[in-house]
Amino acid sequence: MTALWTRVEPLLALVQKPARYIGGEDGAVSPRHAPGKVAWLLAYPDTYEIGLPNQGLQILYEILNERADAVAERTYAPWRDLDELLQRHDVPLFSVDTHRPAGDFDLLAFNLSSELVFTNVLQMIHLAGVPVRAEDRRPEHPLVVIGGHSAFNPEPLADFVDVVVLGEGEEVVGEITEVVGAWMRGGRTDREAVLHELTQVSGVYVPSMYDVTYDGPDLLAVTPRYPDVPATVDKRTVADLGEWPYPKRPLVPLTEVVHDRLSVEVFRGCTRGCRFCQAGMITRPVRERPAEQVRTMVADGLRRTGYDEVSLTSLSTADYSDVTDVVAGILADRAVSAPGCSTTVNLPSLRVDAFTVGLAGQVNSGRRSGLTFAPEAGSWRLRNVINKLITEDDLYGAVDAAFEQGWSRMKLYFLTGLPTETDEDTMGIAELARNCVSLGQRRRGNRASVTVSVGGFVPKPHTPFQWFGQNTLEELRRKVSVLRAAAHKMRNVHLKWHDPAAAVAEGIASRGDRRIGRVIERVWRDGGTFQEWGEHFALPRWTDALAAEGLSLDWYVHRHRTRGEVLPWSHLTAGLHEDFLWDDWQAALTGSGVEDCRWTPCYDCGVCTGYGIEHVVSSPVPPAGGSQGTGQDLSRGGRRPAAVATPDEVSVNVALGRRFDATPVGVGS
Amino acid sequence: MRLRLRYAKLGKVRFTGHRDTARIWERALRTGGIPVVLSAGFTPRPRLSFGLALPTGAESVAEYLDADVDAQRFAADDLDGGALADRLSAALPDGFTVLAAAVVEPGGSLQETVTSVTWELTAPADTDVSAVAARLLDAAALPLARVRKGHDRLDDVRPDIVALRSGADRRGDQLLRPPGFGCGAAETQAATGVTGDRSARVHCANRSTLVADVATTGRGLRPAELAALAFPDAEALGIRARRTHQWIDHDGRRREVMTLDDAVRLASLGADQVVVPAGSAGA
Repeated sequence: MTALWTRVEPLLALVQKPARYIGGEDGAVSPRHAPGKVAWLLAYPDTYEIGLPNQGLQILYEILNERADAVAERTYAPWRDLDELLQRHDVPLFSVDTHRPAGDFDLLAFNLSSELVFTNVLQMIHLAGVPVRAEDRRPEHPLVVIGGHSAFNPEPLADFVDVVVLGEGEEVVGEITEVVGAWMRGGRTDREAVLHELTQVSGVYVPSMYDVTYDGPDLLAVTPRYPDVPATVDKRTVADLGEWPYPKRPLVPLTEVVHDRLSVEVFRGCTRGCRFCQAGMITRPVRERPAEQVRTMVADGLRRTGYDEVSLTSLSTADYSDVTDVVAGILADRAVSAPGCSTTVNLPSLRVDAFTVGLAGQVNSGRRSGLTFAPEAGSWRLRNVINKLITEDDLYGAVDAAFEQGWSRMKLYFLTGLPTETDEDTMGIAELARNCVSLGQRRRGNRASVTVSVGGFVPKPHTPFQWFGQNTLEELRRKVSVLRAAAHKMRNVHLKWHDPAAAVAEGIASRGDRRIGRVIERVWRDGGTFQEWGEHFALPRWTDALAAEGLSLDWYVHRHRTRGEVLPWSHLTAGLHEDFLWDDWQAALTGSGVEDCRWTPCYDCGVCTGYGIEHVVSSPVPPAGGSQGTGQDLSRGGRRPAAVATPDEVSVNVALGRRFDATPVGVGS
Repeated sequence: MRLRLRYAKLGKVRFTGHRDTARIWERALRTGGIPVVLSAGFTPRPRLSFGLALPTGAESVAEYLDADVDAQRFAADDLDGGALADRLSAALPDGFTVLAAAVVEPGGSLQETVTSVTWELTAPADTDVSAVAARLLDAAALPLARVRKGHDRLDDVRPDIVALRSGADRRGDQLLRPPGFGCGAAETQAATGVTGDRSARVHCANRSTLVADVATTGRGLRPAELAALAFPDAEALGIRARRTHQWIDHDGRRREVMTLDDAVRLASLGADQVVVPAGSAGA
């Protein structure tokens, strides 16, 4: 086994950003491979800059390397320039840690955070020198594994992968290691035998162990081929995040990456119940990290890495029940350990209310240039449909507080193409932006500006919207152009939009069945890699491939699904009862929202009861500022504050200029 | 108070760029506990200034960094015996090594005061480097096609070349090198615990180098450009460049920005300083 560095090194003189391929990060290891050790190659199917910060990959890298029976290295998708050179010089895909050939590993495990990277998975398997189709692989080839959020409907990749992991990997990677290790010690002869054995590991789905039957376009059933193979595969969930204080040695890249700062995960899961959000649905229940552990991980991480910036990550960090105390603790620790240093605490995924803005203001010591909110929908009615219960009062209160506290630019994220969306809702986005600017002008004068970012909505598996027929490309483009026309006339309102064409391809891959695998293979063979990158994306590749396979875009993407229909992922579960999802979908259609279930009675979605786990909260009371409608009178949620109400609207008694209660963080419980 | 550091950048980390290097230093100075002063303004940044940017892919044993430090909190005793240099080297990624540290008088940016630099280029195998040096030195003009601000230009770069000579390549002395500092085979071996490619090693050891003193005034001559002039038939893949000196003018004579009183450090990297012929001094 010869390391490839001497062959890779001269090629790096010819490529952009060669530091992507050298490894050597602080926190990286050069593990000792040995015959008795199961070697994992953890792969991220996008560029190094995007993949390196991925926390899931870093956590598994560390957990596996701590085991006596495993080693783990990392690889990322080579950019097209190196990809071409590797093929021309007959150099295979390699690990960045020790530049070992990918094909020499026992498992090639991909972390999937989006569907548009599926073609990159095929390309990386190919570059590894491994047959792209699972059925063509022999015992000496690595087992190809996928996991991550986009593996919750793995059917489009079923022909190309050997093993799928549903849910969180901390525990299951060890169990897989043991099964694969035993197979290797037994001579590593029969690939089918190890795959069969792996079906016995909870959370593991082996597509080749199931038969799929169709009736015309309809999927009839996905059935196990053997009696001991589970008919339904459940996701894995770690009960207590406090038992997994990883990564302990965060990777510090030598070159610029997308999140070039320390990240500490403060909780997993989300119970706000936004109906479009796959991440929120499949990661339930909420498990908060103990506040003291967060504080220690931040202090140790900053000291270890030399970063002066930390992100407290989660799906909605202001919802962390101990957020004020934790933030105060972090700043106090830094004042002692690094006097004179300027430390920034990032709270991504801001909740939209004045409390959150106040919190953001206290932790952000740098220039207050821009603040981002995600109301997702432009009207209170539509926010009820998608269950993102941000009242008009909270929304404008947050924006006003932000302008008041010195921010002059606001960025607002929206989705278009949501269920029941009318042009009135779409125009509501522009109107909302204009109202925000007019609030800002009172505080910041002409410097106040609002950037509206609009994305086309793609329904995702395991969400209440999984039955919704995605808007057509024409419809999404029409909505964007309606918005553009409206925003064009508005001073200091800037509109940005993603081309909805990518949403169509994402729609094909998101809810596809195994037949879509052939479409993905065609797109890949046609050179369609890096589909998340605008310069490499072309929708005709996808639509032509669909047509060539005799499959219907309308059937896969734009059709509303019916109740009782077998969905491609019906045999896989994130613990959510189908009845719960359906009822929530029906509630969406009537425009009624539900509150955060951490602080309100259980809606019986099925996750806690089914897995015998519970929400783990760091503090027994909801965070200040409430959470997803908790304690709010939602019947008044659509009423606008007087400052932005049009004359014919009923003015309500809310003082828009109310200040965020400037109690220093940390005072109190 | 201004702290000046001289450091080496060798091996895999030569593929990090100038901006990457700046970020690496910011973090290392923090983990190394150096109280760097922050700039004023909305986004305070550590007050650091680097010398001439090292092209991505080039190595160096003569990189410089000035850091403004808080005199109240800076323990100047650390400078004695190389304790500070060792601590910073430990905080830096493999391949970065601090060679010297000293407190200097503020004033005069490194970029402005450096007048010439010395490069070592590995020559393709079996090249008569002395003949190459003579050819370039004897040329009345060395036209080089460049693109500048979107326009094609033909520059005469002969005036940028101060001196040229052949040198022995020490990169073959693999045993002198810690992990990560080889020409390929040795660092592979160190990293993986498996034997590297022997032929690559021999190939590496047999090469000689072109040593060039290049003026930094005007546009400057990049090592890749010099390599293209010197070895027009060679594949770009095979040429490696290493900066060995940065020179400043001092009363009409040139001297190194920071000399190394601790030659052992360089030797430990297998990167001994190239002896500069007397004739080229002050040229």
